Amino acid sequence: MTAAETAAGGRLRRTLPRIPDRFAAFGAALIVIVVVASILAPWIAPYPDEPNPLELLRPPSAAHWFGTDQVGRDVLTRILYGGRTSLFIAVAVLAVSAVAGVTLGVVAGYAGGWVRDVIMRVTDVFLAFPALLLSLALAVVLQPSVNTVVLAIAATWWPWYTRLSASVAASIATRGYVDAARCLGVPAPLIILRHVLPNSLTPVLVQLSLDAGGVILTAAALSYLGLGAQEPTAEWGLMVQQGQTLFTTNWWVVTFPGLAILVTAFAFNVIGEGLRNALDPRSGGARQERAKPTSAGAAATMSTRVVK
Amino acid sequence: MIEVRDLRVRYGTRVVADVPVLDVGEGECVAIVGESGSGKSTTLLSLLGLTPDAEISGQIRVCGLDVRTAPPRRLREIRGARAALVMQSPQAALSPATRLGVLMRRALRLHGREATEQIMSEAMEAVLLDPALLRRYPHEVSGGQAQRFAIALAIALGAEVILADEPTSALDVTVQAEVVGVLRRLRAERGLALLLVSHDLALVSTIADRVLVMKDGVVVESGAAAEVLAAPSHPYTRELLEALP
Repeated sequence: MTAAETAAGGRLRRTLPRIPDRFAAFGAALIVIVVVASILAPWIAPYPDEPNPLELLRPPSAAHWFGTDQVGRDVLTRILYGGRTSLFIAVAVLAVSAVAGVTLGVVAGYAGGWVRDVIMRVTDVFLAFPALLLSLALAVVLQPSVNTVVLAIAATWWPWYTRLSASVAASIATRGYVDAARCLGVPAPLIILRHVLPNSLTPVLVQLSLDAGGVILTAAALSYLGLGAQEPTAEWGLMVQQGQTLFTTNWWVVTFPGLAILVTAFAFNVIGEGLRNALDPRSGGARQERAKPTSAGAAATMSTRVVK
Repeated sequence: MIEVRDLRVRYGTRVVADVPVLDVGEGECVAIVGESGSGKSTTLLSLLGLTPDAEISGQIRVCGLDVRTAPPRRLREIRGARAALVMQSPQAALSPATRLGVLMRRALRLHGREATEQIMSEAMEAVLLDPALLRRYPHEVSGGQAQRFAIALAIALGAEVILADEPTSALDVTVQAEVVGVLRRLRAERGLALLLVSHDLALVSTIADRVLVMKDGVVVESGAAAEVLAAPSHPYTRELLEALP
């Protein structure tokens, strides 16, 4: 091998993502496919999402790639439409939980004292309940629907964000730039909004991507128990629940929606792991290898990421 | 600019700073020197009401405002806008996620000042910084540039007095000289008052008019900088001078 070839190989190795990054890119590609396919469901679904008494429980074939269910609906079509519901639930739950949890967390972390004590004790009370049990209780009290699922899961999810962001914000609150902002006469709400919040978000973003899969699984569990989405709404958990009795005779009815849940949850988790590795150089992830400081600027960038 | 009488800063029963008299007039530079833990930084922070857990007695007037009795809103108006604090670690004092220009613009608007490109550029040029640095993030500038940016911020806000807490201790020797040069020039050109906290007697001798020497929270010696540093009367001041390399 010539020197030029060795150098070219070195450049190629540096350019190609390392294994953890490749996993994250793979996960991101999967999510893009799921999201785009779900959005385009009305246009790309092979059949209308309607019962067809002439096509009951057909096995996978060229006409119906994933087969048909017990009322003759195409399973692939249902999965495409079901992605809309499941992804909506994931986004809505995480948005509500993150906004409520992070707001309370940064206020608790920055203010400290009795404000932190009150917020964190309320958080502890919510954390003391088993999450699924609390979700079930709320879902039973409220009318079963997609919105109920969002509310029930969000009610058990936000305390984790409060706890996470409170600890990060407490650390940020002691940083020099927060002192400097106080010295400049910046009022506390603005300090929280402009300095504490933006610099506390990185671990929250990682947690959000890790949690997306968990939310989809919890929503699927609630739907599976009959407390979430209701017929004729397509939702992956509901599809599994409705097909469970057919598993031994018509496996495709339950297997493909189950796989959709598995693949999406897996993809979100892989993205979360990739983000964590990329943003935390101490985790030994890909970024650590590639961002070996070659200049003061690179070193500063690394340290800033740690600070964030 | 600054008038202090019988200042006592206490944490619980422990007195961490006891300063009978401290005056800083327009265009004047007063330095507080002493070893680590002597109470000099606490004294500085207490002048802007930035020691919330401490019990403070005595009289503190900064830019005509009684700091101890002023409502928080009045105090916030003074901080930064009329009395600016320059901190020891320049880069740590800048929010890592915000560009320098955004930081300066926000500070100007917070204090009701006009935030035009021209005003910000002039402030940067006053401290010998390229206005193009306003587009950079804190980690993209050097320690000396970050420290001069902190001074530029004070200039842009029209500060009358700068309280500097070890402003050069985190910088290397050549950058220290740049920062000291900027401070000295601003004093001469704009009549800025300067209260400097430092353990660096060499720095103090080049810039300060008067000096207070603190040990264990107590002022052990004070007077004209040239006299105190040339003929110290207190053994502790002599110790500090003898420790100079």
